Amino acid sequence: MQELVNHAKELLTSGSVARVLGWKTGDLPYNPEPAYFDSAEALEEFVYNGFCGANLSKYMIEASKLEGKTLIFLKPCDTYSFNQLLKEHRIDRDKAWIVGVGCHGKLDAEQIRCQGIKGIEAVTEAGAQLQIQTFYGDRTIDYSSALLERCHVCKGKEHQIYDELIGESEETNDEERFSQVAGIEQLNPEEKFAFFQKELSKCIRCNACRNVCPACSCRKCVFDSNKFDSAQKANVDSFEEKMFHIIRAFHVAGRCTDCGECSRVCPQGIPLHLFNRKFIKDIDELYGEFKAGEDAEAKGPLTDFTFDDAEPGIVAERG
Amino acid sequence: MSIEAKTEFKPKIVAFCCNWCSYAGADLAGSSRLGYPADVKIIRVPCSCRVNPMFILRAFEKGADGVILCGCHPGDCHYSTGNYYARRRMTLLFSMLDYLGVEQGRTRVEWVSAAEGMKFSATMNEFVEKIYSLGENVRLGDLRCRN
Repeated sequence: MQELVNHAKELLTSGSVARVLGWKTGDLPYNPEPAYFDSAEALEEFVYNGFCGANLSKYMIEASKLEGKTLIFLKPCDTYSFNQLLKEHRIDRDKAWIVGVGCHGKLDAEQIRCQGIKGIEAVTEAGAQLQIQTFYGDRTIDYSSALLERCHVCKGKEHQIYDELIGESEETNDEERFSQVAGIEQLNPEEKFAFFQKELSKCIRCNACRNVCPACSCRKCVFDSNKFDSAQKANVDSFEEKMFHIIRAFHVAGRCTDCGECSRVCPQGIPLHLFNRKFIKDIDELYGEFKAGEDAEAKGPLTDFTFDDAEPGIVAERG
Repeated sequence: MSIEAKTEFKPKIVAFCCNWCSYAGADLAGSSRLGYPADVKIIRVPCSCRVNPMFILRAFEKGADGVILCGCHPGDCHYSTGNYYARRRMTLLFSMLDYLGVEQGRTRVEWVSAAEGMKFSATMNEFVEKIYSLGENVRLGDLRCRN
């Protein structure tokens, strides 16, 4: 981490970047938050640890409108989102200085709590172990047992786009990416519906999944009301309200890089990635494998077609 | 003496028809005196590609029991390629609905040209019958699944 801070300080003082986009210590030991740093002093607050899961690509949209270059720290999976935004002309490549940071999988505080650990005061990473100080004494658990869901289906340790690299990455892939989706597909309609009813009825419509999503970058969103002022943020009407999840997933279909931010930020723990991943699975199966954000050139599957695409009836035929 | 409330199920079916082929196909079915059930409500759209997947969801939310999209045959689109895009979108939408546990029979895409009045009438008859067998749509009223 110190290496990142030193390098950022160096670039800031030399004037080659105007600001640094990174993470700073949050109010709890396990929730660092994305932050801009515009001076070497401010960088004292910089932090990069296992809980820095936040994907910073989306902040680059605003940073692209500012004067001067922005140093942005990206993990390997974040670079897919960055590429995708680049392809959609939402960010300016010349305004970014990308420092690819190493990643060994990111942690989920919820997974730690699931293991019966409460009152977390401090978390120290020690190789494959995680030492946790709590109000009730110290505990040591496996690092891999507290990984975010998305890290179990890690996209790889290669940065797709960067100016320089600092630190080593490691693949944490230990699950089949589509196994959860395939599991649900096997159920009968009643079971499928019951499963989603259970999950989706938890939704409080806080819009966190929309706000964090790097693919959701429209200035005007269908889920915002067109009313004046504070009412703007209220939900638009019952249709968008009721069909929220499917509309959200469809709006990012073919552009979603499966970064898993939606599921990470959901305060209700809804597995939102299951919707996005279903679309990815279908696209892969029907229109050939496509990885959104792998490069900034390829045509998206929903803005493209071939003459012999499958007919919609294939859904029934596949059973 | 009591009056029994009639609870016979009358499906509501929305058919999105493209202006250039399927709407003309429906016209032909009419002028050729080929019958199709009055449960089908046609909405004319400039092209099958105009149909945003949200239109289909909105129809369901408003109480439709089945939604069918009709467009020109692939290759015959008035705008050259509109229906190719519609085809991909609808495939993904239908697959998603299936994933959520909504019966597959409630959604359908059929390519009907302006000369296929017969096909239009047959398709509609068949589709309405299917919806009769599936019964009322209760699942898609609210995808958040609240009552």
